[in-house]
Amino acid sequence: MATAAIPVPEGTIIVGKPKWRPLEGEGNLAMLLLLPTVALLMMFIAYPFVRGILLAVTNSKVGQMGEFVGFENFARLLKDPIFHAVVYNTFLYTFVTTIFKLILGLWLALLLNRDFKFKAFTRAFILLPFIVPTVLACFAWKWMFDPTFSVLNWMLFKLGIVAAGAGVNWLGDGDMAMLSIMIVNIWRGVPFFAISLMAGLQTISPDLGEAAAIDGAKPWQRFWYITWPLLMPVTMVVMLFSVIQTFSDFQIVYVMTGGGPANATHLFATYAYQLGVGTGLLSQGAAVSLAMFPLLFGIVIFQLMYIRRVETR
Amino acid sequence: MTKINRRNFLKTTGGAAAVLASAKMPAIAQAPTEVHILRWNDFVPACDTYLRTKLFPDAEKALGIKVKFETVNANDLQARITSGIQAGAGPDVIMLNNNHPHLYKSSLVDVSDVAADVAKDQGEWYKAALANASSGGKFFGVPMNYVGGLNAWRVSMFKDIGLTEFPKTWDAYRDAGKKLKAKGFPIGQSLGQSFGDPVGFAYPYLWSMGGAEVDDKGKVAINSKETVEAVKYMTALWKDSMDEGGLAWDDSSNNRAFLAGTICATLNGASIYIEALRKPDQYKTADGKPLKDDILHAFLPAGPKGVFGLHLVQSHVIPTYSKNQKAAKDLLRFMQTKANYEPWFETGQGFYTPPTSGWESHKVWTSNPVMAPFALIGKSGLAPGYPGEPNAQAAEVLSKYLIGNMFAAAIKGQSAEDAVKACEGQLKSIYGA
Repeated sequence: MATAAIPVPEGTIIVGKPKWRPLEGEGNLAMLLLLPTVALLMMFIAYPFVRGILLAVTNSKVGQMGEFVGFENFARLLKDPIFHAVVYNTFLYTFVTTIFKLILGLWLALLLNRDFKFKAFTRAFILLPFIVPTVLACFAWKWMFDPTFSVLNWMLFKLGIVAAGAGVNWLGDGDMAMLSIMIVNIWRGVPFFAISLMAGLQTISPDLGEAAAIDGAKPWQRFWYITWPLLMPVTMVVMLFSVIQTFSDFQIVYVMTGGGPANATHLFATYAYQLGVGTGLLSQGAAVSLAMFPLLFGIVIFQLMYIRRVETR
Repeated sequence: MTKINRRNFLKTTGGAAAVLASAKMPAIAQAPTEVHILRWNDFVPACDTYLRTKLFPDAEKALGIKVKFETVNANDLQARITSGIQAGAGPDVIMLNNNHPHLYKSSLVDVSDVAADVAKDQGEWYKAALANASSGGKFFGVPMNYVGGLNAWRVSMFKDIGLTEFPKTWDAYRDAGKKLKAKGFPIGQSLGQSFGDPVGFAYPYLWSMGGAEVDDKGKVAINSKETVEAVKYMTALWKDSMDEGGLAWDDSSNNRAFLAGTICATLNGASIYIEALRKPDQYKTADGKPLKDDILHAFLPAGPKGVFGLHLVQSHVIPTYSKNQKAAKDLLRFMQTKANYEPWFETGQGFYTPPTSGWESHKVWTSNPVMAPFALIGKSGLAPGYPGEPNAQAAEVLSKYLIGNMFAAAIKGQSAEDAVKACEGQLKSIYGA
């Protein structure tokens, strides 16, 4: 029997290769959807970072491209007494303020977690230092620490603690200046700790505490054996954020002391700014801020590992 | 309603893009050239007002340009020019302090022609103005003025300790300060990380004691017997006679302290006196008299090497990125033409001293004897880096506050020898050993 072609009505049946539909594969679609984020990360994180590294290994100054000099800038930093002071200052500043922020923040969180009148209002109020733009707050603090017009000294004088004209030299003495900027940092950072830790506290079931109380545990024991361990993961994450923020702090020092007196309060960020932007030594400024990276990276890795250990326990 | 479909959209936007892309803009879009000028927040606010309401509007009319006038805190000027040069866009004219123009030299337009016009008309450039804004006869900035730094002192307070004139030597200065500090009115001196007064005090003090950062060949020479002695003397001076908060002061702190009556003297521009003059009802002495009548001005005391001065020089520069270089030059020329400059100078009442010698007998100086000493500051002032050149290295030393910080470190407790040695290390890494 002869085979006769079956007539196919045009346009009804699709013959040949299927249409190219690249977005139906999960992998391709995922890549496409990720693209905007990747582009943003490249633009705002990877590019400046790479650019920073490139700058740090040249001798470029403002308006001059400069040549490759390898690690010369870093070698120079190792011999730079101001840089030594900067490293010391930054670690001291970060360590002391974080400890105080943790203690005060936890204390505040425990208080706020109780039931009392105007609870919601108070909780919102506590956040104020965190909400006020840092630079504005710093100007207010600068006035409070002003050598001539310090309201704090006036208060100490009125309370009879110091004699007239013998007030504390808040920003004029190296150690006091360091203390002053620490106070401001703590003032600003405590609300973040308090609110975050309070959120953590609220996830802890009150039953545990009550059960322990029935078994005769004292309040201190209830805190130490129940609340504190359960709060640990949140605490560590909050600490991590805080350490990163504090380590690279800029605004408080820039506004209040400009790094002075005699470099006593310079931190990585302010010294990098003074060298790079103030003096136009772009490569040296980049080297200072890049030097911050391995140190901060080390701290963060350490903390992240600790968080993992706590979480998997 | 017109429906926007793809075709229509492309037509309209494409047309607009074509217009934008074409080199020749339609006549309607041709605005006058805008010159963006960046200056400091003036310590004599009336001068800013004069520029804003009179000089710049006049310039707009005369030159057919548009002037955009912006002011920032003086300590932020360097940040602005750095970011401008790096980004290749920013203000067309920027004011810089002291020898900072040297730092950006390679990115600044040659303005020798403007400088020549000013000098032709108004006398020779003073030494420090010339040194700070030019090298080898080429100007990369046009100095507009000095801000003279002299000691503003309280006549009545010094009279209380038996003095009718300001101490002429550092020993007498220390002694007077000691007596007045005991009465609760120390000498107030800024030695913080700020551009003006701390520099104007620390450098001349060091020179008068025989110390200097480099020798006349530009070789680091800070570690000398004279410098160590100067640092030791300063430490004692600070304890005996000065307001110890001064290490944290910036350029406005001492103004506030003086006007509040807590210090007996301070090295400053004339801004304190001018402010007191402007508001006689607000600023009074302890017994209710106007403060303005209790202020006189004096040069820094003499050391073994004599009297020295470093007065702030302020210059305008035009970065090479500017697309309106010609208009910017025209504006600078207009600002410093005698007829336009004079009213501005008079508004400053002597806070600003002209950078050329043709103004020494102007009526601003002769009409008010309190201001008269400022007429002469141009003759005595030296530039940072003296006795070497005020080059980029000296500018770097200046903007890192190394000299002031050397004294501050010793005041804070470091030994004089160590403070000088630390400073020497820094200087060597800048100048090369």
